[in-house]
Amino acid sequence: MTVRSFAREMLSGDASADRVVPPSGFTAHLTLFAAGVMTFLAVFALALSLATGRLAERWGEDLAHASTLRISAPADQLGAQTEAALRVLETTEGVASARALTAAEQQALLAPWFGPDVPLEGLPVPQLIEVVETDDGFDAAGLRLRLATEAPGAVLDDHTRWRRPLVAAATRLKTLGLLSILLIGGATAAMITLAANAALSANAQVIEVLRLVGAQDRYIARAFVRRFTLRTFSGAVVGLAFGVVAILFLPAAQDQAGFLTGLGFQGAQWLWPLLIPPVAAAVAYAATQRAALRVLGALT
Amino acid sequence: MIELENLAYSYGGGELLSDVSLKLAPGSFHFLTGPSGSGKTTFLKLCYGALVPTAGHARIFGKDVREMTRDEIALARRRIGVVHQDCQFLDHLPISENVALPLTVAGRDVQAESQNLADLLGWCGLTPRAGALPPQLSGGERQRAALARAVILSPDVILADEPTGNVDWEMSQRLLHLLVELNRMGKTVMIASHDLGLIRAAKQQVQARVLRISGRRLQLAGADL
Ligand SMILES: Nc1ncnc2c1ncn2[C@@H]1O[C@H](COP(=O)(O)OP(=O)(O)OP(=O)(O)O)[C@@H](O)[C@H]1O
Ligand SMILES: [Mg+2]
Repeated sequence: MTVRSFAREMLSGDASADRVVPPSGFTAHLTLFAAGVMTFLAVFALALSLATGRLAERWGEDLAHASTLRISAPADQLGAQTEAALRVLETTEGVASARALTAAEQQALLAPWFGPDVPLEGLPVPQLIEVVETDDGFDAAGLRLRLATEAPGAVLDDHTRWRRPLVAAATRLKTLGLLSILLIGGATAAMITLAANAALSANAQVIEVLRLVGAQDRYIARAFVRRFTLRTFSGAVVGLAFGVVAILFLPAAQDQAGFLTGLGFQGAQWLWPLLIPPVAAAVAYAATQRAALRVLGALT
Repeated sequence: MIELENLAYSYGGGELLSDVSLKLAPGSFHFLTGPSGSGKTTFLKLCYGALVPTAGHARIFGKDVREMTRDEIALARRRIGVVHQDCQFLDHLPISENVALPLTVAGRDVQAESQNLADLLGWCGLTPRAGALPPQLSGGERQRAALARAVILSPDVILADEPTGNVDWEMSQRLLHLLVELNRMGKTVMIASHDLGLIRAAKQQVQARVLRISGRRLQLAGADL
């Protein structure tokens, strides 16, 4: 079935097929409610996945960026120690590359603190070496020991390293979020199947009469399928609205705050939650269709 | 039209019908009689594919029921109007919509057929009750509505199970007349009935054959009725 014919079937509605099944007030509301709740939960699972995904990506970039080696030594030893440190780094496993920053680069780094006009040449500014790690990283303790003998003025600053386990945790959280979305989808399918089965058995006489007057299974199924698909879709839209509002009203993220306050969507990511109602409707469609055809197939 | 060949049927216990062979020719008119519980309803169900014979063959419009898909059976039902003994309707829809239901499920334009529908309801004496819901009808009204629903698609075959069980003599004559008229238009008709009076009346209007289920077999009753 094409998307267009599907949409036409659902929206324009074969109203006649809809009318042949009696309206079912209470259970209809239950389906609506459950679809709404599931969507509400899915919005949060989605926000969690996207936020932790962003976090893992950002922190991962920082990690890849490197550590810094700072060499503070009397001016006459600075050059020699820098060379010694570079030699050590070149032979260290886990170091992809190491490079001493030029005076101009250092000035650019310090400019925010000192202003562009302070002449650094006259100041005892330490030499910085940018160390880019391989994916495996290096053994920081071993490197420190070797540096202590070769270049005593060198200080290894690997402040980003504490983030490594956090990146792993964020990646795991993202996976869990995605898994939750799948589980929510599965639970929705199960719930709709149960509701559809209940509706089908409650309407056994309707089905028998329709069958007697020559209705094909497709026609009978459509009345139920359309109903559950539309109900799920409307429930999901309401759940989505509540979920989005709840996310909007979370306290704003602060720079140094943890990922919890960063929960939400950014930019184009807002399009993702909009996919939930159509996907929920598709899940409902498939679940009801399967339930209906299975129940009908078992009849004479 | 409908062809039964050495057909047997059992609900699981002993055989209810054995070795039944019958050809319903187009335009024929049959009555089916037999004691209560002899299998008249079962026989009709075999004729419209609601039951599959446990032995032998049932062919509907040339196709063996055993080889027909559910959709093919559904399509065949549009050419076979059935009046159930216990008429069932969609209880939430008014009689007029129930009678038009075969048109609706066949995807026909109900509006375009509204005059036909009105005529048919009038013929069956249901016009004043057209807006009523099925549970609000009397037994006889339900039977008339079921007959109207069975013939609205102008089917090739009409199978009626006790269509006059709950109506008075005059109304039963009317319904019979409707069936006879349809038969004159070339429809094949089979009526299961205990009502010998009805059968006699029919024989004066149409050449009807009377089948009797007796001792699990289908027999052609003599002209002694
Ligand atoms: N679904 C079923 N399962 C088991 N036995 C059945 C079933 N339907 C009917 N029977 C049995 O088959 C026999 C024939 O039933 P059927 O309804 O065909 O009789 P009938 O000739 O139409 O009777 P009546 O004149 O009372 O309508 C009966 O003994 C009945 O109890
Ligand atoms: Mg019967």
